[in-house]
Amino acid sequence: MKLKNMKAAVLLTALSAASGQALAGCPTKGVKELTGTGATFPYPLYSKMFSEYDKTCGVKVNYQSIGSGGGIRQLQEQTVDFGASDGVMDEKQKAQAKGGAVLHIPTVAGAEAIVFNVAGIKRGQLKLTPEVLAEIYLKKISNWNDPKIKALNPGVKFPDLTIAVVHRSDGSGTTFIFTNYLSKVSSEWKDKVGFATSVNWPGDVGGKGNEGVANSVKQIPGAIGYVELAYAQQNKMDWAQLQNKAKKFLDPTLEGASAAADIANLPDDMEIVITDSSNPAAYPISGFTWLLIYENETDPAKADAVAQLASWMITDGQKFAAPLDYAPLKGVAQKKAMALVKKIKANGALVMK
Amino acid sequence: MARDSEATLDAMDRTLAGVKPVSARRQLVNLGDRVFYIIAKSLALLVIVLALLLVADLFRGASEAIRQFGLKFLVGTTWDPVTRQFSTLPTVIGTLVKGFIALLLAVPVSIGSAIFITFYTPRWLRPVISYPIELLAGIPSIIFGMWGLFAMVPVVRVIQIWLKAHFGWFFLFDGPAVYGVGVLSGSIILFIMITPIITAISKEILLTVPREQIEGMLALGSTKWEAIWKVALPYARIGLFGAVALGLGRAIGETMAVTMVGGNSFDLIHSLFDPVHSMASQIASEFSEATYSLYVSSLIYVGLVLFGITILISLLAQFLIWKTSKGKLALLD
Repeated sequence: MKLKNMKAAVLLTALSAASGQALAGCPTKGVKELTGTGATFPYPLYSKMFSEYDKTCGVKVNYQSIGSGGGIRQLQEQTVDFGASDGVMDEKQKAQAKGGAVLHIPTVAGAEAIVFNVAGIKRGQLKLTPEVLAEIYLKKISNWNDPKIKALNPGVKFPDLTIAVVHRSDGSGTTFIFTNYLSKVSSEWKDKVGFATSVNWPGDVGGKGNEGVANSVKQIPGAIGYVELAYAQQNKMDWAQLQNKAKKFLDPTLEGASAAADIANLPDDMEIVITDSSNPAAYPISGFTWLLIYENETDPAKADAVAQLASWMITDGQKFAAPLDYAPLKGVAQKKAMALVKKIKANGALVMK
Repeated sequence: MARDSEATLDAMDRTLAGVKPVSARRQLVNLGDRVFYIIAKSLALLVIVLALLLVADLFRGASEAIRQFGLKFLVGTTWDPVTRQFSTLPTVIGTLVKGFIALLLAVPVSIGSAIFITFYTPRWLRPVISYPIELLAGIPSIIFGMWGLFAMVPVVRVIQIWLKAHFGWFFLFDGPAVYGVGVLSGSIILFIMITPIITAISKEILLTVPREQIEGMLALGSTKWEAIWKVALPYARIGLFGAVALGLGRAIGETMAVTMVGGNSFDLIHSLFDPVHSMASQIASEFSEATYSLYVSSLIYVGLVLFGITILISLLAQFLIWKTSKGKLALLD
C-alpha cells in the first residue's frame, strides 16, 4: 500500500517534470546542478534538504561543508553558486565580494547548551545568569562553591571543585555565537576578549569540534563548556538553565531558538546575531545560519535556480529542521527571509514574482 | 629548465663525441640512454621544483603576516584573532616539546624491538611479530586520536593526578593534572604513533648488517650483546639516525591525533600537564574559519615556520650523522 503510494508519487513527479510543468520551488530554466560551500553547523540539515530537493525537483545540489570562512572566500571569488555562513560578513569581506552586494538569507536557527560536569547536579538543576557565565569564562569565578553560583541556586549543594573552562579550539560559528553572546552581556568580556570564530581565551582547555568539547566536559570533573544543542541532546549531557534578557531561566530548546529569531524589530537585511534576544520566550545563546547569495546574478538560469532553492529551503524545507534538532524559522523571521529571496535579480531584473 | 637539461646533454654529447667517433649501433644505445637520462633527470628536478614552488607559495601566502609582524612572530606569545595580533612562540614550543618527549620514549622502544626482531627472533617468527607493527604504522591518525581521547586520556588523567599529589613540588608535575589533555597526553599519543615507523625502518636497516661481521665478532669470543652493541649498531647508525629523524618528522607534523588530546591552548606551557596547541593542528583547526586575510596569512606563516623547523631538524640529523661518521673514521685511523 505504502509502496504503491510512493510509486504513484514518483510517477507523478516524473510526469510533471516530463510535461515541463514546474513544481513549486523548482528551477524553471533547466538548471540541473548547483554548488555551494560553507558552514559546517547546518551540514546535516542541508544534506537532508538537498537530497529531498533532488527527489522533488531533480536538481542536484553539491554542498561542501568547508567552514564559514571558506564559504565566504569562495563566494567572494564567485567559484560557487551560493555560500553558507554562521556569521555575518563584515564590511571588508563585503567589499572583496566580486559579484557586488551579498544577501544574507537565514535558513534555520540553532541554540547552544552550556554543559557541565559536577557530581550530583543534573540537567537543568544548575541556574546561571549571563554575568556569572561571563565571569566563569573570564576565570574570575574559579570554584563551583563560589558564593555567586550558590546564590543563584539555593538548595543545590556545590562541592569545593575548581572549574575547568572548556572551549572550541577550532575556528567555528559556534564559538562566534557564544563569544558574541558574552560580549553582549559583559562589557569586560567585550573589552578583554571580544567575539570571533576563534578568540584569545582566558583559559583553559580547547577541544576540537563539538565532540572534543563534549568529551572534555564529560571527562574532567568540574568542567563547563558550550556545545550545539543537538550534540548535548544526543549525548544526554547535563546542561544549565540560562537566564534570558527577560530574566527568565530557560533550558536550551528549539522553541527557545525559534523564539529568539521571532522578534518584531528584525532588520530587513536579516544581518543580525540573535544572541541575547528580547523575546521573553527566547533562549539567549541562539543564532541564525545563513545562505549567502549575490543580489544581482549574471546568469538568469542560475539566478532562478538559486532563488527557487532558497525559497524552498525556507518554506517546504523547514519541515526537515526540527527532527534534526534545528530550530525552524517562524513568523517575522520567515517572512523577512522570503522578502530577501525575492530581491534576487538577474542582470537587474527580479527573478521571482 | 627543459632547455637547461638539453644544453647539458648536448655538452655531454660533445665531450663524448670528442673522445671517439660513434658507430651507428652505439648511437642507438645512446638514444635509449638519453631518453632514460632525460626522464630520470626531469623527475629529480621535478621534486626540487615542487619543493621550491611550495616554499615560494608559502612565502607569498605569508607575506602579509611577514610584513605586519616580521620576526616578532616567532617570539611573541599572543594569538588573538579579535585584535588581529598573531605570534607563535607557545605553539612552536608546544610542538617541539611534544615531539622530543615522544622521541625520548620511542627511540629505546623502537630500536629495542627492532634488535629483538632482527637478532633474537627465529626467522619464521619474524613476520608474526613485525607484521602487526607495520600494520600499526598504517593506521590513520584520526583512529589514534579517537582512541586517545576516549581510552588513553582518562588513564593519563589518573596518572597525572597521582604524580601531582606525590611529586607536585617538581615543576614538571605542577600543572592542571585533572584536565588529562595536554603535553603529556599529546606526547604519549605521538610516541605510540611514531614507534611502529621507527621500528619498521630500523628492523630493515639492522637486517642489512652483514651476518659475517656479527659471526666474526662472536667467533672472537664476544657475547651476543657485545656483537650487537659494538658491531651491528655502529654499522647501522646512519640508517637508524634516518629512521629516528623520520619519526621526529612525523611527530612534528602530526595533526589530527594531537589536536584531539593536546588541549589546544595558546598559552606558554609551564608543566607536563598544561594544554597546548601544535603548529600543524593549529593550522588545520583554524584555517577553515579564518575570516580575514591577515588571519589566513598568519596561519600560512605558521606553516612556513613549521617547514623551517622541519628543515632545521633534518639538517641537524645530517650534521649528527656526519659528526658520528667522522668520529668513527678518526678512531680507525
